[in-house]
Amino acid sequence: MKKKIQGRAFVLGKNIDTDQIIPAEHLVYSLSDPEESKNYGKFALSGVPGKDSGLPKGNIPFVEDGQYRSQFNIIIGGSNFGCGSSREHAPACMEIAGVQAVVAESYARIFYRNSIDGGFFIPLEAKQKLTEEIQTGDEITIDLQTYTLTNETQKKTYSLNSLGDVIDIIEAGNIFEYARKSGLIPS
Amino acid sequence: MGMTITEKILANHAGKTSVAPGDNVWVDVDVLMTHDVCGPGTIDIFKKQFGQNAKVWDPEKVVILPDHFIFTADPHANRNIEIIRAFAKEQKLPYYYDVGTENYKGVCHIALAQEGHNRPGEVLFGTDSHTCTSGAFGMFSTGIGNTDAAFILGTGKLWVKVPEAMRFEWTGTFPPYIMAKDILLHVIGDIGCDGATYRTMEWAGDAVYRFSMEERMTLCNMAIEAGGKNAVIEADDTTFDYLKGRTDKQGTVHHSDADAKYCFNKTYKADELEPVVAKPHSPDNRALARECKDVKLDRSYIGSCTGGKITDFIAAAEILNGEKVKIDTYIVPATVDVEQDLHKETIDGKTLAQIFEDAGARIGEPSCAACLGGPKDTFGRTHGTEVVISTTNRNFPGRMGSKEAAVYLASPYTAAASALTGFVTDPREFIPARV
Ligand code: SF4
Repeated sequence: MKKKIQGRAFVLGKNIDTDQIIPAEHLVYSLSDPEESKNYGKFALSGVPGKDSGLPKGNIPFVEDGQYRSQFNIIIGGSNFGCGSSREHAPACMEIAGVQAVVAESYARIFYRNSIDGGFFIPLEAKQKLTEEIQTGDEITIDLQTYTLTNETQKKTYSLNSLGDVIDIIEAGNIFEYARKSGLIPS
Repeated sequence: MGMTITEKILANHAGKTSVAPGDNVWVDVDVLMTHDVCGPGTIDIFKKQFGQNAKVWDPEKVVILPDHFIFTADPHANRNIEIIRAFAKEQKLPYYYDVGTENYKGVCHIALAQEGHNRPGEVLFGTDSHTCTSGAFGMFSTGIGNTDAAFILGTGKLWVKVPEAMRFEWTGTFPPYIMAKDILLHVIGDIGCDGATYRTMEWAGDAVYRFSMEERMTLCNMAIEAGGKNAVIEADDTTFDYLKGRTDKQGTVHHSDADAKYCFNKTYKADELEPVVAKPHSPDNRALARECKDVKLDRSYIGSCTGGKITDFIAAAEILNGEKVKIDTYIVPATVDVEQDLHKETIDGKTLAQIFEDAGARIGEPSCAACLGGPKDTFGRTHGTEVVISTTNRNFPGRMGSKEAAVYLASPYTAAASALTGFVTDPREFIPARV
């Protein structure tokens, strides 16, 4: 596991559900075919209504037209991030677009679990309303040893909740590696 | 310390005498359900992790129900069906309900029940968030992603954090115009879209126990809209009557102990409830139907796992009988069985199908259809700024297709009454005889 994640923030509001993360009409593509799966990056967060996309200004596309990678690799979200369906296409599309960490006030259960068990990115919990502090485009450093987030643009540091017992799965890489390490399935 | 039904089932499947909220336990899985949207990804991960020739842990315990993107020309969607079809064949899965054959069933959560895969005391995981529906049978059931499902395919096990429990008890009698959907929308309005996150929603009380299995499924279906991990209703005679002829397995009935611990315990009076809607764009945006009477609608949609069961259509038909709809009205039976019942159930000597056709409604084929938008050619999908009243379970932006559409969630009574006026309408206006 990386000890530090650096990059640019993309800020969203609360209750960002899986239909906003990846609208259902796109769920038809293969996740394993490297070329076809780029479609997921292309449509990542494309269901977020314009005014809510890239706060506080809004109307900032997460992925530019014709691209499948985003210039933003850290998502800042409000409460209940990832609510809605169990589709693993949601954390997967974010990873394909280049997301390395999400920092939200709280998560919907299945999305959180999928992010960790599938090893897509690190879902962290903020202790305060970072959506009101951070602006889309700010340069961010997340330190996973001290559980702090530093906004390099605004020169401010915030503490994050520790990952708790799921750290073992994150460190292993995903649920399969974790199960192999702990002898639950043969390596 | 006493335990809840959920805790007892999890302890039992983890080989322990007791568990407490917050414990991480590995449980043995009785049923894994997947469908056409998440099946292909699950199969990919399973093969990658366990080998190209790997066999599933127990073919009898895997149920695959294509239901989401079924009647479409979309080539990718159809390719996905090919993938699950080939996998079912290769693994010799007895419970693959193929589309385009007599074996096709329709929406997974309702088909699971109809085909006898829901049994009290068992543990069922599904690659669909509304898998919590099966909790209506006094079992533990919850939604998972492809990775966890692939893990189960290979091992028959999964880790679970034991959830805290919330108890919702309803005393008295629900008025005749109230349906399970009203209750759900009322409670979600109370606790919010994340009010039950990581938790069990346990339904109890005489008013709940009087419900049919269909209505109980609606109650459990929308636990996920409050963030819940699972929902549960104790199994009773109604449960076993439903199971008769559907399964030979008996299941185990668990009761919550009197001293079980709940992090929330509230008693509601059933008699006081009025018809409720959830306004756009969130299931917790509660209002009374009568408070929205000035909202002009373009469409009424009656369908899905939560609003497309036979009891839902009987309710809708009671209101539409002999009337004409004023707006586009879509009827989507959840399963083939429900569709057949539309031609068997009668009111005043007319079948439900006839009543809907006479009223000017359109009847679609059994599937998820526009409940989740889907490919562009999906029956009932929104494409613009439609204002819709719908018996489905989600109204987040874009859920029924178009980001610009506005969806009001409501009971089948309310959706049918609104179809007749073109405005959000309290169904009491149309069922005076029963009120
Ligand atoms: S009917 Fe709707 S909620 Fe139910 S399984 Fe299908 S898409 Fe999901």
